[in-house]
Amino acid sequence: MAEPTVTLNVTRYRPEQDRAPTNQRYTIPYKNDWVVLDALNHIKDQMDGTLSYRWSCRMGVCGSCGMMVNGVPKLTCAAFLRDYYPQEIRVEPLVNFPIIRDLVIDMSDFLDKLKSVKPWIIRKEEKPVSQGEYRQTPAELEAYKQFTQCINCMLCYAACPVYGLEPEFLGPAAIALGYRYNLDSRDQGRDQRQGVLMSHDAIWQCTFVGECSVVCPKDVDPAAAIQRTKVDTTKEWFQSVLLPWGQK
Amino acid sequence: MSGTRPDKSKLYYQKVSATWWLKKPSYLLFMLRELSSVFIALFLVIYLIQLSQLIDGPQAYVSFAQKLSSPGWILFHLVVLAFALYHSFTWFKSTAVILPIRIGERLLPREMIIALNIGAWVLVSLVILFLFLALKG
Repeated sequence: MAEPTVTLNVTRYRPEQDRAPTNQRYTIPYKNDWVVLDALNHIKDQMDGTLSYRWSCRMGVCGSCGMMVNGVPKLTCAAFLRDYYPQEIRVEPLVNFPIIRDLVIDMSDFLDKLKSVKPWIIRKEEKPVSQGEYRQTPAELEAYKQFTQCINCMLCYAACPVYGLEPEFLGPAAIALGYRYNLDSRDQGRDQRQGVLMSHDAIWQCTFVGECSVVCPKDVDPAAAIQRTKVDTTKEWFQSVLLPWGQK
Repeated sequence: MSGTRPDKSKLYYQKVSATWWLKKPSYLLFMLRELSSVFIALFLVIYLIQLSQLIDGPQAYVSFAQKLSSPGWILFHLVVLAFALYHSFTWFKSTAVILPIRIGERLLPREMIIALNIGAWVLVSLVILFLFLALKG
């Protein structure tokens, strides 16, 4: 009996020869336990070494292998061929980002935005190491833990039509991470982040489409982080207007 | 890090098509939610016009109300009602995301928050309906 096969329709873009992306079909052996990334690795190793894409851990931790699979942003290490078989599978680079080559996108914009929210613990005064760690209760950890799960895979940016239409938008993951550090009881850098989070191109650009949370492979729920930041900053604004003497 | 950035002249910039909102049911539902505000605003304008008829006396108000009872206007109001109901539902769905309720160490499931909101909404609507019928009678 002939071995079952599956066809991948993959976006190719070679800047030295292509003015725009094209498609290339590869028919590969179908294996029940293969994910789309395994299929791409098979193509690269056995059929066409020129195909470019990013990957690293193969287990949903590194966030490198995000691509569009049949039009949906997915980690290709977690997208099983069996969920699409026997239909042809369309593999494209993440939308809303410039393409460097084939399935590799330019993430510079995201990295700049991520850095702008200062996603690290800021202390007004660092205490010396000899004084020990900054302690936290389990409840204090629970308050932000969900938002620490972000692996910067950028699927949420590919799912967000606002980011596609308004590239200045700070975007789901960056806002969620800013929110995460604002919620952290050890952090004292809220004032430094609020300027960025409350700016025109941040939370108020979000129209709550909600797809960022749908596609998030780590259940970070960036949409919730953005909407809650809107509520918090609105409350703070009213407090500053109505109770100016109550400011810290 | 700037030294490692790709050459911008070689990048291919992907464009968002004008029909992006037709590509996924969730995008279409989002657009319908946004569109609902237009219909609700139209309804409010008509309602304000109707109320302003009271300045000219009860007769003017009644004759305006009669104009609104034509099939076209009834259809319009049914469409507005559908959009208003859908908008309200999305509002309750949003509430569950935006205002998580913690009981002890556990978060109340979002479905529960939505159900409680809808329950309260139905209850308030019934009270209003009851008051309306009682006052009318």
